[in-house]
Amino acid sequence: MKTCLVVDDSRVIRKVARRILEELDFEVVEAVDGQDALDACDRDMPDAVLLDWNMPVMDGLEFMKRLRAQEGVEQPIVVFCTTENDMAHIRTAIEAGANEYIMKPFDREIIEAKFVQVGLI
Amino acid sequence: MRSEDFKFISQLLHDRSGLMLTEDKVYLLESRLTPLARKRGLDGLESLIQKLKLSRDTALTNDIVEAMTTNESFFFRDNTPFDLFKQYVLPAMEKGRGSGKRLRIWCAAASTGQEPYSLAIILREAWHKWRDWNIEIIGTDLSSQVLDKAVEGVYSQFEVQRGLPIQMLIKYFQQEGDVWRLNNDIRSMVKFRKFNLLDNFAGLGKFDVIFCRNVLIYFDQPTKSGVLNRMRKTLSDDGALFLGAAETVLGITDQFKPVTGQRGLYVPTGGKSEELMGLNG
Repeated sequence: MKTCLVVDDSRVIRKVARRILEELDFEVVEAVDGQDALDACDRDMPDAVLLDWNMPVMDGLEFMKRLRAQEGVEQPIVVFCTTENDMAHIRTAIEAGANEYIMKPFDREIIEAKFVQVGLI
Repeated sequence: MRSEDFKFISQLLHDRSGLMLTEDKVYLLESRLTPLARKRGLDGLESLIQKLKLSRDTALTNDIVEAMTTNESFFFRDNTPFDLFKQYVLPAMEKGRGSGKRLRIWCAAASTGQEPYSLAIILREAWHKWRDWNIEIIGTDLSSQVLDKAVEGVYSQFEVQRGLPIQMLIKYFQQEGDVWRLNNDIRSMVKFRKFNLLDNFAGLGKFDVIFCRNVLIYFDQPTKSGVLNRMRKTLSDDGALFLGAAETVLGITDQFKPVTGQRGLYVPTGGKSEELMGLNG
């Protein structure tokens, strides 16, 4: 079973994402901000990360930059999932190493389609 | 709904669009036609049917057919047909049409344009191969309402996230407030026209590839056979036909046969399409 780390400071969003991902046969781990997510990756690197942008302590972009800078680890597939829905943010995320980008609000269909595109499903 | 009303409306839909409506789809009539009735100042579906029975209102009939046949569409829907198009059909066309460099593709149920535009994007992604070809992608649909949207090429945030890879969004779309507009170089590759699959295909010309997905399921057996047999006549002998995942030619026509192991891909019986695609045996 593949693992997905859901990083979002909203408990509601994490819960919704967890339900969708579990239906898609993922084992879900949650983190509440970028630092929490880095710690989670240190403990156990997931196959995928569903990543919010704006969060306290450390934002999603900073988390991803630090993750991508790590050497000698199996890099997970990172899918942004954020209310930032303008082209500038999308480009920034992709150029920094994101594999896909979801603009909130999302539903099961969007997550499934994006995860199929990046080869997770 | 009274049974005679249901018979009347389902007969009308069948005659005008080929749509087969079974009694278990009454909810669909109610959910799609009640708003239409209200818009016309009628109090509901029953009054709408009464009005139709009393007078042959062509505009109203068209609106009803459109409301009942409009369905959802998304970019690169189901992935597989697009992969097959890229992996087998396009190389076969490159081989078979190399001298004339002409390619005509028909999307027979183009809806709001995502399917033909997805094909245009695939071609654009390998533009070094196709730039000096004469390529026509024609999207047809019964509904002028969806075609208006298709021509415009403007999609909601929700629509651009269903099936479209983010790289393609960056490359081929412009953001305009809440919506996303497809670039002109993709839009200009597709021509749209209103067309009823029950009508004569003669005016459309010959095609190399036909996409006719998720529309035959709405037709009864004779209508399916009729459409497929006429499609065979408009398709070149070494062409390719794509049907929806829930559709088949088996038991409907012997003019096409499924390509073994390639779901949704069909070729003219007795032609050399499979050989060109490198898929024979």
